[in-house]
Amino acid sequence: MENPGRTREILTARRAGLVGCSRCGRVHAPGAGTCLRCGSRLASRDRLSLQRVWAWLAAGIVVYIPANIYPMLLTTQFGKTSENTIVGGVIDLVEHHAYGIALIVFTASVLIPIGKFIAIAYLALSVKSAVMIRGHGRQRLYEVVEFVGRWSMIDVFVVAILAALVQFDFVAAVNPGIAAVSFALSVAFTMLSAQSFDPKTIWDAYEADDT
Amino acid sequence: MTETARITDPDLSALVACPSCDALHRMAEVPTGGRARCHRCGMVLMAPREGALTRIVMLSTTALVLMVAAVFFPFLELQAGGLRQRSSVFDAVMAFSEGLMLPLSVAVAALIVILPLARFAAILYALAPMAFGKAPARHAARAFRLAEELKPWAMAEIFIVGVAVALVKVAGLAQVSLGPAFWAFATLVMVTALKDNFMCRLTIWKTLEERAKS
Repeated sequence: MENPGRTREILTARRAGLVGCSRCGRVHAPGAGTCLRCGSRLASRDRLSLQRVWAWLAAGIVVYIPANIYPMLLTTQFGKTSENTIVGGVIDLVEHHAYGIALIVFTASVLIPIGKFIAIAYLALSVKSAVMIRGHGRQRLYEVVEFVGRWSMIDVFVVAILAALVQFDFVAAVNPGIAAVSFALSVAFTMLSAQSFDPKTIWDAYEADDT
Repeated sequence: MTETARITDPDLSALVACPSCDALHRMAEVPTGGRARCHRCGMVLMAPREGALTRIVMLSTTALVLMVAAVFFPFLELQAGGLRQRSSVFDAVMAFSEGLMLPLSVAVAALIVILPLARFAAILYALAPMAFGKAPARHAARAFRLAEELKPWAMAEIFIVGVAVALVKVAGLAQVSLGPAFWAFATLVMVTALKDNFMCRLTIWKTLEERAKS
């Protein structure tokens, strides 16, 4: 595959006065409404992309707070109910010497969500302000955020499985807490936030001079 | 307007703009098994594989069958103090079905069963006719677009890891054994990964367009 543009500066569809489909890569003359190949809506750059990113990100952060305060898991053993928050569940696992699993849960429900908040905010900010990491680094960061985000759902599924499995009336019963809902929402919102981000804007900073 | 803007439409289909960074490329013939990357951001643009269409269709069919088994056969079996509890994926989904938790129940069902199923069905609808050498079905493009949009939301593989974590949490409480559905689900995850590996989006979109014309 060769590039039809200049050797040093890269010719983009927008620079050439064309519109590239962000789903299938089909190139169109300006003014085309929908892609001839895949039927997606065409826009050289999604102007509302950043607004949607911030909106979903804010929603994700807001619901992440109750997810950590309220109990995720209600365990009833011989009539006594104990409540477990997300972090509490991790501490529980450490006390049971299940370090590997504790690490998985901690990564999925604490490190990944918080890391994602920071990464998305950084990507969205760096589009407008001075560029700190070069394009490749930010492109990589975006790919990681998109790939890794969905794995946070692990904890929600764990709660679902436990609640289905451990139902021995009086002896032991596990029920989901309200935090399961807000945590699931937080993951979904941040996934939407990452999807709203238009990676083309990462690269636009390098050609800001001539557009 | 620059010179390039006056290129007529047929010429445009010979170009490809990187979906991720918008860099323009001239489409060249990519050899089977080869890999074409974007000049600028390094995203894989095309990676055609030998007999990819047939394989994708076969693997999607396999995944559909496995999913049915995975949903209704017992998934895990738990024994504690003479009490026995079997649970299928269906039960896990219904765990949240009371009161306030109902929306969560719906979401879990969607993420681990309904969306993966919808995705397989959409892929089959879009690609199966082409695999048999026919023209694509009427709304093939729409179906394949749906399949692509669903991809991040189909979380079967994450569910498997969730099962592993749940097993450890329960291990102290009771004895747990794996049911047939667990293996069906594990296989399903591998089949899905294999299928996604064969699936080269840009090639499929191009094939869909070309076959729809002829």
